[in-house]
Amino acid sequence: MLSQITSLTRNGLKDWYLQRFSAIVLALYFIFITGFVVGHHPLGFQTWYALFHHTISKAFTVLALFALIIHAWVGMWTVFTDYVPNKCLRLLLISLMIVAFVLYFVWAIQILWF
Amino acid sequence: MKPLGPRNIGIMSLLGYRFPLAAIASILHRISGIILFLLIPFALWVLHLSLASQMSFLMVKDYFGSPVVAFLIWLMLSALFYHLIAGLKHLLMDIGFFEEKVSGKVASSLVLVIGTVGIIGIGVWMLC
Repeated sequence: MLSQITSLTRNGLKDWYLQRFSAIVLALYFIFITGFVVGHHPLGFQTWYALFHHTISKAFTVLALFALIIHAWVGMWTVFTDYVPNKCLRLLLISLMIVAFVLYFVWAIQILWF
Repeated sequence: MKPLGPRNIGIMSLLGYRFPLAAIASILHRISGIILFLLIPFALWVLHLSLASQMSFLMVKDYFGSPVVAFLIWLMLSALFYHLIAGLKHLLMDIGFFEEKVSGKVASSLVLVIGTVGIIGIGVWMLC
């Protein structure tokens, strides 16, 4: 029951699919960023700043952020259900994780837009 | 007699097992994932400073002149690189590759070798 209510979608197959799909989004995002950094060597502030203020890369970053939260949720849920047999502790840890995800999301939006 | 069913093993009894390469590649994938999860706030902090101003950007580029920050950035990039490579293998396994004994062993050694080379490469790149 606890494993179910704290899982991302309450459906193992859907969790599995979302973890893979988000993995591909994240892989593409980090390959994009790495390619940019390598292609603009040595990287200056103006170039880096311009990258993150371009609409397309902003959208890609927000997409990657969603993918990261989905991916880490499924992954850490698996880790917690594997290694934390105590249900109260597990519920607490997973709840804290969800709170952290919300805060990270707001923080990231703040970094990108302000 | 009632079957005992699957049972958990003690953490210390893990030492008695010989781990196949696929198991080592897999557990490192999990460990690198946990490291990346724990470093999310650090990554956001670095991203924030890299975009906040020219001065803070240069501070990030210099790793704050701190070996601890440099180490954390190296750890994060290394975990990210390994997680990506090993994750790619997992995706390929999902569609049916590297599931046999020999191919599984070859793919796992490849992940471990590329991972090691990449992690050393990241360290060298950061030092130069």
